[in-house]
Amino acid sequence: MPTVVGLITIVFLISHIIPADPVALIAGETATPEQVEELRTQLGYDKPLLVQLGRYFVDLLQGNFGTSLFTTRPIIDDLSSRLPATIELTFMAMLLSIVVGIPFGVLSALYRNALFDHVLRIITVSGLAIASFWLGIMLQLLFAMRLGWTPLQGRFDGFPPEGITGFLLADALASGDFDAFGTAFSHLVLPTLTLAFPALATVVRFTRAGVLDVLQSNFVLYERAMGLPASLIVWKYILRNAMVSTVTQIGLLFGILLAGAVVVETVFDWPGIGNYAFNSIAFSDYNAIMGFTVWAGVIFILVNLIVDIVHAMIDPREIRG
Amino acid sequence: MKATVFILQRLYHDRSAFIGLVLITLLFLTAILAPLLSTFPDAVWDFNPKDRLLPPGTQYLFGTDRMGADVYSRVLFGARITIVTAVIAVGVSLLIGVPIGLVAGYYQSWVSELLMRVSDIFLAVPQVVLAIAIAQTLGPSLNNVILALSLTYWPWFTRLVYAETRSLKNEVFIESAIALGAKPWRVIVFHILPNVSSPIIVRTSIGMGFTILTAAALGFLGLGAPAPAPEWGRMISESREFLPEAWWYAAAPGFAIFLVVMGFNLLGDGLRDILDPRIRRASREHN
Repeated sequence: MPTVVGLITIVFLISHIIPADPVALIAGETATPEQVEELRTQLGYDKPLLVQLGRYFVDLLQGNFGTSLFTTRPIIDDLSSRLPATIELTFMAMLLSIVVGIPFGVLSALYRNALFDHVLRIITVSGLAIASFWLGIMLQLLFAMRLGWTPLQGRFDGFPPEGITGFLLADALASGDFDAFGTAFSHLVLPTLTLAFPALATVVRFTRAGVLDVLQSNFVLYERAMGLPASLIVWKYILRNAMVSTVTQIGLLFGILLAGAVVVETVFDWPGIGNYAFNSIAFSDYNAIMGFTVWAGVIFILVNLIVDIVHAMIDPREIRG
Repeated sequence: MKATVFILQRLYHDRSAFIGLVLITLLFLTAILAPLLSTFPDAVWDFNPKDRLLPPGTQYLFGTDRMGADVYSRVLFGARITIVTAVIAVGVSLLIGVPIGLVAGYYQSWVSELLMRVSDIFLAVPQVVLAIAIAQTLGPSLNNVILALSLTYWPWFTRLVYAETRSLKNEVFIESAIALGAKPWRVIVFHILPNVSSPIIVRTSIGMGFTILTAAALGFLGLGAPAPAPEWGRMISESREFLPEAWWYAAAPGFAIFLVVMGFNLLGDGLRDILDPRIRRASREHN
């Protein structure tokens, strides 16, 4: 909670102190001086800074982020209508990086310095060095433009299925529309791969390091001495320990994914909040960018809070401490 | 001096760290020698409509872009922008972050508490998100991108230095220095700082790679140096309307980013192995 207050204060400082004339920025480039002055009184920018800060908090708590210049709708509506698309994409990328990353990390640790480990190391090092927008464009070039295996961009062809959740995959399944499910899924493949790549590399690295640590521990030595089969030791006892450390990394992963979503959604014209941020930059839509910053920050802080709670629940050491 | 030689020797023997060092050396040489190495040094900012979007060949090594400029020469000159951005942004972050971390870690008071809370807020949000907000407020230019990156990266150094300083303060040699009557600034500069330099160096290398990626993302989003500057992220964003035909236009700058970031990451990993004895011991045991 103090972090959220601090974040809002910092965004307030960025938006009210740094610019020479914040109102001119909000009004946009086409506004006349009279319009700017009118907006200044209307928005309360002629009042002292502390009053403005107080107003800012009250507005945000009521969900009032101002109106977008570009869509002319309240920014909060824009952001919340775009949130499901971002959550769907981020969730799939998170799922992919964990489901693939953990077994690969375990194998990499078990076959340390073998060919498999070396190949995987090259892939993970690349994953952390590649610019995700470039990876996305290269995947589009190969799989969508040249080979035509996947759609180029967007979230759906035509009108998406009606549904309550806004998550197309879930909505399509709930209504039993498997064609729609297929279409939605094919649109998800490339953006998910692109977004997941750096996160996947991180999971593999952490799992590998974690398993190498656990392999040295006394309880593994004990289990070996007791003659437990190696596969049982690895896939039950070692993996269970490695999983706990992976949960603590989910907050970090989410940060990587959220940062990646801004550019990946732009590349794939994915109608989420990252793409919204890009459009806002392109149209100098000042209020919308500040709204996006607060939203992204609050979501990120919330996810980390949830991760801490889940971690405390599954790791008995945390409870005792 | 001896320590530097030792580090260089070990780097030479660590294959991947050595590759990293070579890549970074190449980057700096490229940036310095760009006018000599490029085949069309004057054509970088020129408009040359009859040679638009030509594929790679003997005349234009990486092909040409939408203005008919040589992509190879533009990528070389882009290395200058990349280096200037990353060196200044990480340098400023060091200058802000390290002293704050040292002071906050050494003195336990409400001031250090406040400083760490502020850095926590910056760390609580992905860097690119805050950097977008700041860069957009200041207006699109290279200087503003550098400023935005500096303002959002320093907390990483503060966090690191703070934690190390806190644990060092309880070491016997620090307590002895204080007991012998050394002034606080003396303890901080001559006893604590040298002992936190290793993690700072490692973080600097990795931070360079990270900053280059973020700067490229900001350029791609349209917040960096305005056209026609040969900024790598902006070049990739420009190339998108000419795909799939002009694949070289997008491929060349992206590959340059990849190599440079890879270089800093490999060097950072290598330095960590060399400079951090705890991890070094652990990895030896595993072998």
